[in-house]
Amino acid sequence: MQVSVLEGGFADAPVQSARAFREIMTAMAQPGRINTVDGAHAPGISVASSVALLTLCDPDTPLYLAPSLDTADLRNWIAFHTAAPLVTPDKASFALGAWSELLGQDFPIGIPEYPDRSATLIVEMPALSATGATLRGPGIKDMARLSLPDADAMRDNTRLFPLGMDFILTCGSQLAAMPRTTRID
Amino acid sequence: MKMSDYNFAYLDEQTKRMIRRAILKGLAIPGYQVPFASREMPMPYGWGTGGVQVSAAVMVPEDTLKVIDQGADDTTNAVSIRRFFEKTAGVAVTEHTDQANVIQTRHRIPEQDLTEGQILVYQVPIPEPLRFLEPSEVETRKMHSLEEYGLMHVKLYEDIAQHGAIATAYAYPVRVEGRYVMDPSPIPKFDNPKLTMAGIQLFGAGREQRIYALPPYTDVVSLDFEDFPFEASKADHACGLCGAIDSYLDELIVDDQGARMFMCSDTDYCAGRQEETAA
Ligand SMILES: [Zn+2]
Repeated sequence: MQVSVLEGGFADAPVQSARAFREIMTAMAQPGRINTVDGAHAPGISVASSVALLTLCDPDTPLYLAPSLDTADLRNWIAFHTAAPLVTPDKASFALGAWSELLGQDFPIGIPEYPDRSATLIVEMPALSATGATLRGPGIKDMARLSLPDADAMRDNTRLFPLGMDFILTCGSQLAAMPRTTRID
Repeated sequence: MKMSDYNFAYLDEQTKRMIRRAILKGLAIPGYQVPFASREMPMPYGWGTGGVQVSAAVMVPEDTLKVIDQGADDTTNAVSIRRFFEKTAGVAVTEHTDQANVIQTRHRIPEQDLTEGQILVYQVPIPEPLRFLEPSEVETRKMHSLEEYGLMHVKLYEDIAQHGAIATAYAYPVRVEGRYVMDPSPIPKFDNPKLTMAGIQLFGAGREQRIYALPPYTDVVSLDFEDFPFEASKADHACGLCGAIDSYLDELIVDDQGARMFMCSDTDYCAGRQEETAA
């Protein structure tokens, strides 16, 4: 096994994952808010995506890896640090990749009795800033702005409510979230 | 035992991840009850094991924790939960609402408005607002999925027919963002208007294995009728200790002769007002 596979995890998982979850949770609770995380680095992906994987994924969460990220290094890192099984989009609880590779895939959106049985997409972004699309909805006082990868596709997702996917957008050590409730003007 | 004898915040990492995932889905679908696999906690169910598990999953070592039981910080239940997290998570504790990052509550919302960044964790005995109308979980899930809330309105209207007003005083049902009907836990209906707030609200039911959530500023409306609008009522008195006329009051028998007194149920709010007056 390569050294890089063993590295890049949390040195103190209970405390680091607790701090990381607080950042992910407050991002999901307040769409548009951009939080900073640290402490993990998987091969070929951002710190924020690495932290999200370590904090949320384990043997109970099937994960879809977009083709360009589907390298032996990252597969091994995920297996070693999370043991999440890698699956096709339709079976995924989580997915990781750039927007262009996740768009149009057939991810679970939940079922009417269990809308929570839906995928959370961790989207690697080239940039993340409080600019661009206007967001309204739960978690937002009046309005917020966020640089979305694809406002039209996200609008379509919002229309599925209470079904739909939820998104964690990552760039470097920063992350933001877009739950299915956020309305985009 | 020392803190080092436990995992941080007592629960193992896989359990916390499972609860954390449920919390995220709860926040993404406000008012919807997310199932989770509740764990045995070193306290009886009546002591809010659902709330304790949610608190354990969201807590960081830098937090300051407040625990209230019907508004009071000093009941056996509140003291035990506070000590539990002091010991297992090493967090600071406080009785002051404005100094807490995480507030675990049984059956009250603090009088003082919460601010952004504060997290309110409710202990919930019965998470399903439709349960008393329909005992089957399969059926209540179906009712929520179809927004079949007519029976709920019928029940409230029967109250009006019988009592001239809606008799439900606690756990008064609300509609979240015009979609899910939610049980706000057995808070007095006086607290319902505060459910739309700047803080994050998380609800944990241990025995029933459900987590649900309200992000900040979520639209929460108490069910009512045009001719019988919702009223956030309280006892029509002032607090006997601090004189507040805007707080929720408990009625207490204060001597052997059965003399009664009304006082704030929120002990921190009341103490703060008494200090202000004394200063
Ligand atoms: Zn008082």
